[in-house]
Amino acid sequence: MTLASATVQSGRHGPPGGPHGRRPTRVNRNAGTWFLVLPALIPILVLSVGPLLYGIALAFTDAQSGRTRSTQWTGVLNFQDLLHDGLFWESFRIGLVWAVGVTVPQFALALGLALLLNQNLRMRWLARALAIIPWAMPEVVVGIMWRLVYNPDAGILNESIRDLGLGDGRDWLTGLATALPAVILVGVWAGMPQTTVALLAGLQNTPHELHEAAALDGAGAWRRFRTVTWPALRPVALSITALNFIWNFNSFALVYVLTNGGPGGRTRLPMLFAYEEAFRYGQFGYAAAMGCVMVAVISVILAVYLVGRLTGGEDR
Amino acid sequence: MSLPTRRAARAGQYLALLCYLVFLAFPFVWLISTAFKPAPELGSLHPTWIPEHPTLDNFRAAFDEQPLLRAAANSLIAALSAGIIAVVIATPMAYVMARHRSRLSTAATGWVVVSQAFPFVLLIIPLFLVLKYLHLINTLWGLIMVYVVWSLPFALWMLVGYVRAVPLELEEAAAVDGASRLRTLVSVTAPLLAPGIVATALFAFITAWNEFFFALVLLKTPEKQTLPVVLTHFLGAEGASDLGPLAAAAFLATLPSLVLFAVIQRRITGGMLAGAVKS
Repeated sequence: MTLASATVQSGRHGPPGGPHGRRPTRVNRNAGTWFLVLPALIPILVLSVGPLLYGIALAFTDAQSGRTRSTQWTGVLNFQDLLHDGLFWESFRIGLVWAVGVTVPQFALALGLALLLNQNLRMRWLARALAIIPWAMPEVVVGIMWRLVYNPDAGILNESIRDLGLGDGRDWLTGLATALPAVILVGVWAGMPQTTVALLAGLQNTPHELHEAAALDGAGAWRRFRTVTWPALRPVALSITALNFIWNFNSFALVYVLTNGGPGGRTRLPMLFAYEEAFRYGQFGYAAAMGCVMVAVISVILAVYLVGRLTGGEDR
Repeated sequence: MSLPTRRAARAGQYLALLCYLVFLAFPFVWLISTAFKPAPELGSLHPTWIPEHPTLDNFRAAFDEQPLLRAAANSLIAALSAGIIAVVIATPMAYVMARHRSRLSTAATGWVVVSQAFPFVLLIIPLFLVLKYLHLINTLWGLIMVYVVWSLPFALWMLVGYVRAVPLELEEAAAVDGASRLRTLVSVTAPLLAPGIVATALFAFITAWNEFFFALVLLKTPEKQTLPVVLTHFLGAEGASDLGPLAAAAFLATLPSLVLFAVIQRRITGGMLAGAVKS
């Protein structure tokens, strides 16, 4: 992930496609290049970039499914309606709570696990193998699995609570107060592996000599982490948290299976809201406008976050 | 550090690792346990970790309740096609992105990053309309097309890393020997890339096998639906008696991707590493 962002930046600052370093056979080579690129480029343009632009355009229309009357341009009407749609903003707020609530603990736990896996511990292979499970599982299965765990009568969570004498347990996924924390826990569990692997990759790039030198100088574990490990890890950490935040904010399947947005909309993430609006009520234009607002707000939040973190790093 | 402190630190590390192991494993263990429990044990108010009378009844019931075989076949077709098509079209492009610094590869890399940020709802509505226009709604082909494009960013990402790992000198040597560009690509670079290409295809396979949202929207009838969508039908009429088949079906649906993931795990990690290491 770091690679991509780094390349984009260098591409912007460097001379893109400039004449530097070109070989005399440039014409031939470029012809071959296009030939190689087209098989992937055409599907990308037709099925990804095109629909994306089309989707943005739809946000300015009254497009609906299964209607005979033709679609009209309505300008910013959808966005005006959205502005006054309390339910949407409520789901937006839930989406942000969910995204932060998942991303932050996910990162903390993954960092801990990555640091452990980077040590020479005996059960490391087992932990590595287990850490892969949530990653390889279909999200739907993760949701089903945790529904079995949370099941009020036959679930292991309530049984453990009863065994420990902490009460009778509760119906976690349908309780108004517990539903969101309960799905957040599942989100943390499900996304930990990717984060761990990314951080582990970052750790393994940290020069070992620096660690040893710091240890010889008598730096304790915490100091070594702060002065050697963290600075090397920061770029990876930064991009993985940013990506996790986006992914989590846009997630769908997990919560669809766990609660389908309930109880009383307490876990209705923006994607669930937009999905219902589009494919249950057929409001394509309105749902597309929701998508646009989601992109816009997320971009702003991320820009602030990235700028803040990047400049914060240079001050030190 | 003195020896006792070091020992204490080690012990602490093992304790922490143990906590992680339990946290990561317990839901999965519970899923398997539930899948093998007979109905009376599932109805018990005091569930146990290990089934006292393990049974395969739940698996039988799962196949009776929902068209699982059909769904698995659909998933297999969709995921296999998506995986193969994705690498076939992505490999040449990844090659260009890795070897040429051009406006195109910058744009492509930018797209790889940006495409991660879009909520799928913004993509699925127009795709739904386009596929409807092409009469590809409720067909596996429509879904496969979506899966190919959807798996391209990560496929490109991984493949670019693998191409960069192939020493440029080898290609230059072939060029000096008079091999054409395509010839070089096919007979020098491709064989070295093969393991990476396979890993990428398997990864695209797993992603498609696990995918839910697009399948939910694009596939309408049970005969066409993929495994994750069919699994959610178990949730519809959920009673205590349905937990067993639900768990059994969920467990079965996980096995293929779990096995494949175990096989390519190192390569994926390696691919991410390769990407991160490059200057």
